[in-house]
Amino acid sequence: MRLFAKRPDIYGLMAEFDAPEKLLYAAERAKSEGYHEMDAFTPFPMEELTDALGIRHTKLSLFVLCCGLAGMIGGFFFQYWAMAIDYPLNIGGRPFNSWPQFIPVTFELTILLAASGAVIGMIFRNGLPRPLHPVFNVDRFELATKDKFFLCIEAIDPTFEQEKTKAFLESLQPTYVTVVEHVRTKDPYHHDED
Amino acid sequence: MLFHLIITDKTVAQHDHIAELEHQPLVAKGESYGSITEKITNDVLETKTPRSMSVTLAVTSMLLLVFVLAIGAVLLKGPGVWGNNNPVGWAFEITNFVWWVGIGHAGTLISAILLLLHQHWRNAINRFAEAMTLFAVMCAGLFPALHTGRQWLDYWLFPYPNTMGLWVNFRSPLIWDVFAVSTYFTVSAMFWFVGLIPDLAAMRDKSKKHWQKVVYGVLAMGWRGSAHHWHRYETSYLLLAGLATPLVVSVHSVVSFDFAVSLVPGWHATIFPPYFVAGAIYSGFAMVLTLMIPARRWYKLESFITDRHLDYMAKVMLATGLIVLYGYMCELFFAYYSGSLYEMFMMKNRIFGPYWWAYAALIFCNGLTPQFLWFKSVRTNVTVLFIISLIVNVGMWLERFVIVVTSLHRDFLPSSWDMFTPTIWDWGLYLGTIGFFVWLIFVFVRVMPMISIFEIKHLLPWRGRIIDTSADAN
Repeated sequence: MRLFAKRPDIYGLMAEFDAPEKLLYAAERAKSEGYHEMDAFTPFPMEELTDALGIRHTKLSLFVLCCGLAGMIGGFFFQYWAMAIDYPLNIGGRPFNSWPQFIPVTFELTILLAASGAVIGMIFRNGLPRPLHPVFNVDRFELATKDKFFLCIEAIDPTFEQEKTKAFLESLQPTYVTVVEHVRTKDPYHHDED
Repeated sequence: MLFHLIITDKTVAQHDHIAELEHQPLVAKGESYGSITEKITNDVLETKTPRSMSVTLAVTSMLLLVFVLAIGAVLLKGPGVWGNNNPVGWAFEITNFVWWVGIGHAGTLISAILLLLHQHWRNAINRFAEAMTLFAVMCAGLFPALHTGRQWLDYWLFPYPNTMGLWVNFRSPLIWDVFAVSTYFTVSAMFWFVGLIPDLAAMRDKSKKHWQKVVYGVLAMGWRGSAHHWHRYETSYLLLAGLATPLVVSVHSVVSFDFAVSLVPGWHATIFPPYFVAGAIYSGFAMVLTLMIPARRWYKLESFITDRHLDYMAKVMLATGLIVLYGYMCELFFAYYSGSLYEMFMMKNRIFGPYWWAYAALIFCNGLTPQFLWFKSVRTNVTVLFIISLIVNVGMWLERFVIVVTSLHRDFLPSSWDMFTPTIWDWGLYLGTIGFFVWLIFVFVRVMPMISIFEIKHLLPWRGRIIDTSADAN
């Protein structure tokens, strides 16, 4: 359905908080109000937000396990094939399948593939690299990596109604609430006072 | 499921830890989220390079020239420029290789193992130590790569389909080494980069010049601190730590197999893997202290890298130093108990032979010096600690030199005995890598946040407490 739905005029509404506990409270309240399509932006990881925002547990661990197993099985059998089948080499009279001597390389390849999977999986599942995102259109958003905490409720959420949601966010003691545009324009709610 | 448990456990530990933090803060009182970002990013973006650092950079730049010259000499003339001879087929190359890999290990220990053990004090030093790992492994890898003799064929070390239809010998510890070290370098680089992503975003948002925004922005890949991203990020980081932990142990074990799998007296010992791993951590912590003590002073980072951090590092050094000393005693005992003529001769020759001075100096540096670390007054005295760390660095180099040279120079056949004397190119390449290493470290400190900003913020207690950021200038 969403595929054919009209894109909302704005990306969403964003509230800025000056302390982590205020954000956490806001996120919990927003969830109980029935908002789902929302995200929080913080300068450091806050594990508590995972529950408050209802973030599903990531399947990254499973992906990493698969990568590690691929490295292990592939690594071992490649050595077996190279040393025992493709070009059998007699080294000191050892058996061609001298499996204990294949373990160090098998181990290293397990780690290499699993670690690569953890990094590449995290980056791509997070949708990075993405240098442009609507939230960057908010002027003060650069403080999200410093000391401010943001909560953004997206316009695609079925419960979202611009005026109602704005009033709701303003009731949560934010520093201010602003509109997140799809394309950077003048911020309608934000007045340049600082 | 297992990792999920670890995550939950971590959160619980964090809350317990807050109570402990009230007594002895890991971040000095008065620091806030804003001030942490300001301090660490300004050291890169605003602060003028301290004079002592410019001097260090100038000196290490000169050593960098020595480095280039020493590599050039080997490439042009071949490994014959070194003092290697027939019984001593590798001397400085393998000594320096093991020394550098060992130094790298402290970085992984700090970033991965201490993370899994909930040692929150690591958050102040992990970035710096990881950078150290990366640069140390670069220096390490250079030695075997140059020692192959025909360096332009070094790619033969990797298994690739070739016209000869031949594969590398997977039964050789030297090939295990290729895999161990290249995996170690790759994983350390990824771990370091993943740790940097949120801080690169902080740098992007703090920098005022356009080109700086572009450079840090491209590297940060558009990181925006989203809670969904953090969730996956933390999982990934924890998995990386879990993978790097066995990796670091495996790397130095494999390095020790280069010796232990052979039949040379003094090398063929089952104690080698654990004894090498402990020695690696020992020398690595010494190097962290050697580099961090001046960096901390020049950049006035005492509120993040407190005396408590130095005290902890000194304790790790003491513990691993004792394991190393135990290793030395085991070697003595093994030689005696083996009943093998060659083993006993090797040990006698090591202690009383022509290289007795190296063994005596080794016992002084690694056996006696760390014993001062039993005293808290020594562990908290920055100058003394710095001197001890330098002595330990020398001692760990001597350890590898003693193992390599005294085992080789008088082997089974007395007619082939010979002495090893290093040439100017041996020393040149060694000093050159030190220059290269320190140069890289200080360039890194100049362009990247040397303390992990988001992990330090993670240490500030916030539950039920409003952090006052009104003093920051926005």
